Amino acid sequence: MIDTSSPTFWSDLVDVLITGTGQTLYMVGFALLFTVIVGLPLGVLLVGTERGGLFDAPFGKRGLGRVLHAVLSFVVNLGRSVPFVILMIAIIPFTRFVVGTFLGSTAAIVPLSLVAIPFFARMVEISIKEVDAGLSEAAHSLGASRWQIVRKVLVPEALPGMLLGLATTVTSIINFSAMVGTVGGGGLGDVAFRWGYQRYSTIHMVAVIIIIFIIVMLLQWVATHYAKKFARSATGSRTVSTPRDAPRGTPRDTRSDSPVGTPTI
Amino acid sequence: MISISSVSKTFGEGDNRTVALDQVNLEVAPGEMFGVVGQSGAGKSTLIRTVNLLERPDSGTIRVNGLDLTALGEDRLRVARQGIGMIFQHFNLLASRTVQGNVELALEVIGVERRERRRRAAEILDLVGLTSKASSYPSQLSGGQKQRVGIARALAARPAVLLSDEATSALDPETTRSILDLLKGIRDELGLTVLLITHEMDVVKTVCDSAALLEGGRIVENGRLVELISMPGSRLARDLFPLGAFVARPGTTVIDVTFSGGNADRPVIAQLAREHGLDVSILGAAIETIGGNQAGRTRLELPGTDETIHRAIADLRGQGLLVEIVEGLAA
Repeated sequence: MIDTSSPTFWSDLVDVLITGTGQTLYMVGFALLFTVIVGLPLGVLLVGTERGGLFDAPFGKRGLGRVLHAVLSFVVNLGRSVPFVILMIAIIPFTRFVVGTFLGSTAAIVPLSLVAIPFFARMVEISIKEVDAGLSEAAHSLGASRWQIVRKVLVPEALPGMLLGLATTVTSIINFSAMVGTVGGGGLGDVAFRWGYQRYSTIHMVAVIIIIFIIVMLLQWVATHYAKKFARSATGSRTVSTPRDAPRGTPRDTRSDSPVGTPTI
Repeated sequence: MISISSVSKTFGEGDNRTVALDQVNLEVAPGEMFGVVGQSGAGKSTLIRTVNLLERPDSGTIRVNGLDLTALGEDRLRVARQGIGMIFQHFNLLASRTVQGNVELALEVIGVERRERRRRAAEILDLVGLTSKASSYPSQLSGGQKQRVGIARALAARPAVLLSDEATSALDPETTRSILDLLKGIRDELGLTVLLITHEMDVVKTVCDSAALLEGGRIVENGRLVELISMPGSRLARDLFPLGAFVARPGTTVIDVTFSGGNADRPVIAQLAREHGLDVSILGAAIETIGGNQAGRTRLELPGTDETIHRAIADLRGQGLLVEIVEGLAA
């Protein structure tokens, strides 16, 4: 049992928590970065290589598109179905190859990224599928290239959905990062395990839970805030008006169609 | 300007196979406003989407401005599409961009630099009367305003051809009228060639010079409106002047008389009464301005013997009027 009356108890607790939080943020932050870098294009490709998609026939070969889609789907499904503990152990040789070791916070970034990438890719896929096909069509009619359609239409229009997906993804990365802690990855999970569990310190346990809760809440809040900001959807209810063009008291549906400016014709 | 020849398109396979377009031929002259009408499922949407190859036809060729689009590779087709604007029933505006941003998209795609994009977007927004809404988002606009943005976007890159896919079908009659006026004004000012599809005959009547009737993937009637209205048995002409249902008295003959151009102000009824002694009753009438000319159709009920009526009809036809026998007398 830990001695809470020790004069250094509270300062030790704070030290441990700060180190733990720092390690967790480090692991989660980098894992998140790699997840977005790899998961976003992967999600775009998942949609694009579908039948009738933007990249359904790369280099003019429909068969290649089909194979590519099947392979990507398989990889994503595989990544999502293997339990994290097993994945983490199974890829130790890969982690060692990339980082040089399989212990510590840096090494933990590898399995954390690998588990989050397929998850986020599916989120991206879903968000992009919700973009009205008419928008791609309009861009096509303007003579846009596939790459321009992805960059200027699909990704910006799917951004609100992708941000919410990202928030869910971060939450699960944080969740898995705690598990990494129990096998030498450091972070808040490590604090909870070594102090809260092995030394029976309820205070450590409670503190870790509170900190993780706060981090998740903050992330969720930020993501929702920005998702709303970007979602100027056609329904109007989620509209965020800028002060300059805020409607002035007139209900939207009764506003007259007549142009306010002086028409030239 | 637009030349569609022997274009066919089939969707699905086996039992689900539907022929959307069946050997369609269509010519749209430069500067013309051409309307394709037809019911839902007639193949109108497919037809207009084949013009800029959003839908690639199974066979046939599409020429726009002398260029055979069906023969082009992907890159050259993209360039060709930049010369063909298109507007849509549901506007298809990006919710993530402002009005100005939506218009600039058309210019970004063709690599116009930022300052010039700004300038051109402002210019074209002025043309459609939306200058004050440049920094609004589409969700803050009414349907008519959204379509104005759609038009501005379609015209930003100075295309020679504009395709309109049911552009007014989601709008109320008053807004439809203002959008049609805008299209017509732009056509006159910029000398655009416009191909539009619609299921509303009113649209054709208001703005088109020529029209085609599409049915089951085939063009069944096609021509300039002024010619169509004096074509006997034309279904487009009949739809242009809807006369409604009628009940004729037994023993009478019902005829439709179509006036157009120079003979629109002839005192036909007085003439029938005076010179042929017929007590004419009017069952229905419609007057429209078509292609800038007054044109109208009157449905008349003529009592009297076959012989008198034959003589009267021959007389009217002799004056260049289109007379169709609707009921009674054998033609």
